[in-house]
Amino acid sequence: MDSVQHLRFDVAVVGAGPAGIAAALAASDSGKSVGLIDDNPAAGGQIWRGAHSAPQHSPARSWFDRLNKSAVQIVRGARVFHAAKGELAAESDDSAIQIIYGKLILTTGARELFLPFPGWTLPNVMGAGGLQALVKSGLDITGKRIVIAGTGPLLLAVAAYARKSGAQVIGICEQTTRPRMARFGMKMLLVPGKAAEALRFAYDLRDIPRWTDCWPVAAFGNRRVESVRISRQGQTSEIECDYLACGFHLIPNVELPRMCGCRLDNGFVDVNEFQQTSITGTYCAGEPTGIGGLELALVEGEIAGYAATNWEDRAKHLFAKRTRYQKVVRILKDAFPLRPELKNLARPDTLVCRCEDVPHEKLCEHGSWRAAKLHARCGMGPCQGRVCAPAAEFLFGWEIDSVRPPLYPVRCSSLAAIPSHPAPRN
Amino acid sequence: MSESVSVRVNGKPVTVRAGATVAVAVLASGATCRASVTGQPRSPLCGMGTCFECRVAINGEPQQRSCQVLCEVDMEIEANG
Repeated sequence: MDSVQHLRFDVAVVGAGPAGIAAALAASDSGKSVGLIDDNPAAGGQIWRGAHSAPQHSPARSWFDRLNKSAVQIVRGARVFHAAKGELAAESDDSAIQIIYGKLILTTGARELFLPFPGWTLPNVMGAGGLQALVKSGLDITGKRIVIAGTGPLLLAVAAYARKSGAQVIGICEQTTRPRMARFGMKMLLVPGKAAEALRFAYDLRDIPRWTDCWPVAAFGNRRVESVRISRQGQTSEIECDYLACGFHLIPNVELPRMCGCRLDNGFVDVNEFQQTSITGTYCAGEPTGIGGLELALVEGEIAGYAATNWEDRAKHLFAKRTRYQKVVRILKDAFPLRPELKNLARPDTLVCRCEDVPHEKLCEHGSWRAAKLHARCGMGPCQGRVCAPAAEFLFGWEIDSVRPPLYPVRCSSLAAIPSHPAPRN
Repeated sequence: MSESVSVRVNGKPVTVRAGATVAVAVLASGATCRASVTGQPRSPLCGMGTCFECRVAINGEPQQRSCQVLCEVDMEIEANG
C-alpha cells in the first residue's frame, strides 16, 4: 500500500497559479504556516507555466523569486480529491496526503470551454491554451501550420506565443463580431497596463490574419488533423493545418469550492469584500470568482491571504486596486458572448463526451444532465464531465450542479487512507 | 543538469528537452496517446491535466496523464492510440 503523508497548515492554499502564489505569500507575511498545493509538476498555473526561467525583472520571475525565498511549503503534483471540514485529501504519484488546515484559500483557476464540432476529437485538435501549455512544456512547433479558433483574448496571446515559438499561424478565427471586438479593444485601453499589452499584441500579430464572425465548422484528417473548414462571415472555406487550437473562452474550476460547500452565484464562487466564501474561514480568489485575468487574480489572492491571517487593514488597502481590475470581468463578458450558431456545429454522430464516446444524438433524448449521465454515460468517464458538462450546459441549457468525491479518479489505497467523515452537502 | 532527456515511446527512442512532459515525448514520437472506448486515436486536448485524453502507461503504470508528468531518463512510455 502507498504511504500516507500528514500535513498541517494554518493556511492551506489550493492552486499555485498567480492567485494562489499571491495568497500564499500574503498569508505567509503573518508568520503563520502556509501550504501551497498544486496538481502540476511545478507552481505557476497555466499563465506562468514554465516561467521559472522568465527574464529577470519580469513580473512572473519576481513572484517566483519571492515564493522561493518565503517559508511557504509547496506541495507539487498533488491532486486534491476530497474535502471535509478542516481537512483535504490529496494524492500524489506515490502517496496519499491528508492536509489539516485552519483556513482554506481556493485558487483553483479556470479551464477552457471546448465546443464539439465534427472532427474535434482528432489528435492535434487542441485547446488554444492547451497548445500553449504543451509548447511551454517542450513541444516543438517550429514551422508547423496552426489555425487558432474560438473566442476571447486568449486566442491573441496564444497566436503571439505560437509565432514566437516558430510556428506559422495561418489565421485567428474569432466568433464574436467585429464591432464587439472593436469595443473590447477600446475598453481594455482604459484598464491600467492593458494599453501596452494591446500594442504588443498588435505588433506581434501584425501580419497574421484575424477574422471575426468566424468559427470552425469541421476538422478533417486521417488519425490527426490535416485541415479545418471554417465559416467566415457566412462563407465556408477549408484551410490545411498541422494543429487546430480551439478555445471558447474560460470557465471557472468550481468543483472543489462546490465540494467545500461554498455558495455559487451564476456559476462563480460568491465572495465578500475580503474574498471570503459563504463558508467562514474559506476564501476564494482568481478566476473561480469571475474571469478577470492576471492582475485581478493577483490582487484578489493578496486580499484573501491577508484576510485569512486577520490582517484586514492590509487587505483593505488593496480594495481600490481590485476595483480597477474588476471591470475587466464585465468587459470580457460583454465582448465574447457565444453566438447561437455554435450550438448547431455538432452533427448527430459528433461525440460530446470524449471519455465515454457519447454522441450528440444520444444526449438529445434526455432532458437533464443527470438523465444524460445515468442513461448515456455522458460525463461518467475519468474527466468526470470537466470537458463535456460545460459543453452540454451551452448546447442544451442544462444546469450542472452535481459534484461528489472523489473529485478525480484516485487509487483505492488513497481512498482507504482518508478518514471517513462525510463530505458536506450542498 | 543535462539539456535533453531520452525516453522510449513504444520502444522507440525519443529525445526531448529537459523538463519536457511525457505528452511532449509522445507527440514528438509521432504516436497518439490512447485509443478511446470505441477505438479512436486521441491525443492531448487541454494540456493541463483536466481532460484525461493524454493518458498513457509510464514504466508499466497505466492511465497516467502524460501532460502532468515530466520525462525522466530511460522512461518507458506506452501509447496505445
